[in-house]
Amino acid sequence: MSIRGKAFIAGAYEHPGRELPDHSIPRIHAEVALGALADAGLTLVDVDAYFCAADAPGLGGLAMADYLGLRVRYTDSSDMGGSVYLSHVGHAAAAIAAGKCSVALITLGGRPRTTSLRAPGQLMGAPPEAGFEPVFGLNVSAVYALAAARHMYRYGTTSEQLAEIKVAASLHAQHNENALLRKPVTVEQVVSSPMVSSPLHRLDCCVVTDGGGALVLVNEDIARGLDRRCVKVLGHGEAIEHSHGGWQDITVTGAVRSGRDAFDEARVTPADVDYVGLYDSFTVTALLAIEDLGFCAKGEGGRFVLDGALQAPHGVLPFNTDGGSLCNNHPANRGGMTKIIEAVRQVRGEAHPAVQVPGCEIALAHGTGGWLTTRMGNATVILGREDA
Amino acid sequence: MTLPAPVPDITPETETFWKATATGRLLIQRCAECERCVWYPRFLCPACHSTDLLWTEASGRGTVHSATVTSRGILDYKDAGSYVLALVELDEGPKMLTNVVECDPAEVFIGQRVEVVFHDTGAGVALPRFRPVTEAVAIPGA
Repeated sequence: MSIRGKAFIAGAYEHPGRELPDHSIPRIHAEVALGALADAGLTLVDVDAYFCAADAPGLGGLAMADYLGLRVRYTDSSDMGGSVYLSHVGHAAAAIAAGKCSVALITLGGRPRTTSLRAPGQLMGAPPEAGFEPVFGLNVSAVYALAAARHMYRYGTTSEQLAEIKVAASLHAQHNENALLRKPVTVEQVVSSPMVSSPLHRLDCCVVTDGGGALVLVNEDIARGLDRRCVKVLGHGEAIEHSHGGWQDITVTGAVRSGRDAFDEARVTPADVDYVGLYDSFTVTALLAIEDLGFCAKGEGGRFVLDGALQAPHGVLPFNTDGGSLCNNHPANRGGMTKIIEAVRQVRGEAHPAVQVPGCEIALAHGTGGWLTTRMGNATVILGREDA
Repeated sequence: MTLPAPVPDITPETETFWKATATGRLLIQRCAECERCVWYPRFLCPACHSTDLLWTEASGRGTVHSATVTSRGILDYKDAGSYVLALVELDEGPKMLTNVVECDPAEVFIGQRVEVVFHDTGAGVALPRFRPVTEAVAIPGA
């Protein structure tokens, strides 16, 4: 069985806030839920399935379903870090295809900008590696930096090449009035910004923002009855990649597997993709995804991103036209949700005119959650126009 | 600046490992079935899923597989300044996260040979860190 063409994204909403000190996190979930449902022309009463990550307040989805007053017959609060929302799209589409539900709501909300950051691995109690990583001062930017340093060593990738990814994101963000950072930057500015964890500079890192986002998926009957243009879910794949007992290749991500599964299910190839939303927690995260999803050969990512390849509307592979997490938004330190939302805008033809990809029919959104080097969740979703 | 040496989270699975650090020994597990060494210590081999893992003393030598000079420490490292987080490939095969110490952070490089040193946590166990190996240089004519 395949989910191809069985479910549609009818609503997508990105919270406009970037600093929300007076919002409770449940309120953020509620605001984005209402926003996405309004976008779809639906209400909370229509929802019969609820999805959130394990960071949502309360046990699984129970507290948020209570808070929102949902009547839920299908729920999933599985977690893979910031990539999980792409995974949830796949899970929701599968549940819809199986007739388990008809209107699925997925929400994200958080306030890392106006509260203190949590440490990696501290979400759900001590994980098995707890004795062997924090004691050496592991931090998020450092484990991404280890992958970047090895990629540079092995393939000759340069800081200037990584910087091109930030430059493209910044050129897009100038058109997004909600973006946290709207000023275009140059390669020189990126590589001369302070070093955070070598070889990653400050401007290789994503922003920290409050906020959230939500999606609504529906079955085909409901999609047909809505006035809103829906986006068809064509394929999905996910993969956990990890340290293999210390034998891992830190330059490779699980996008190799999640991408292959998503392309197979969607029955398209990288050459068919008009737009990509790539989780860009760091510039190197997007670089590895470009390679591992098959948009170029392994090790060629640094050369691939040159010459404006990622810049919309006319680059070879327009990416993150909202400014991505490098410039626009990274709500709750989880960047997968906004990648889908902008992909939906692109397929609907509703991105900012300056960055709308002409004739965008097929979009791919991909998330890399958790950490490079140690263990990561990877999820890929391929979307098409309603008549695709 | 001296790096912090926080007390690790010790579990029944990892107690043998940490006890050995008190006497300056780096233990790793080797799978009796597939003969692969495993890092970090656990109940079963993640490669072949055998539960027949045997403790063995590692040589304590390895090669820097990747390294970063990070200034964004958290928790116990909040005030640690700049330090080296490295992935060291042990001569036995597996790679472990650790620190490279006793040298200028800027001089750590991929491919560098390193050896283990133990930093006392003050709680009866020590952290295995690594320092550059100073190879004996033959002096011509000596």
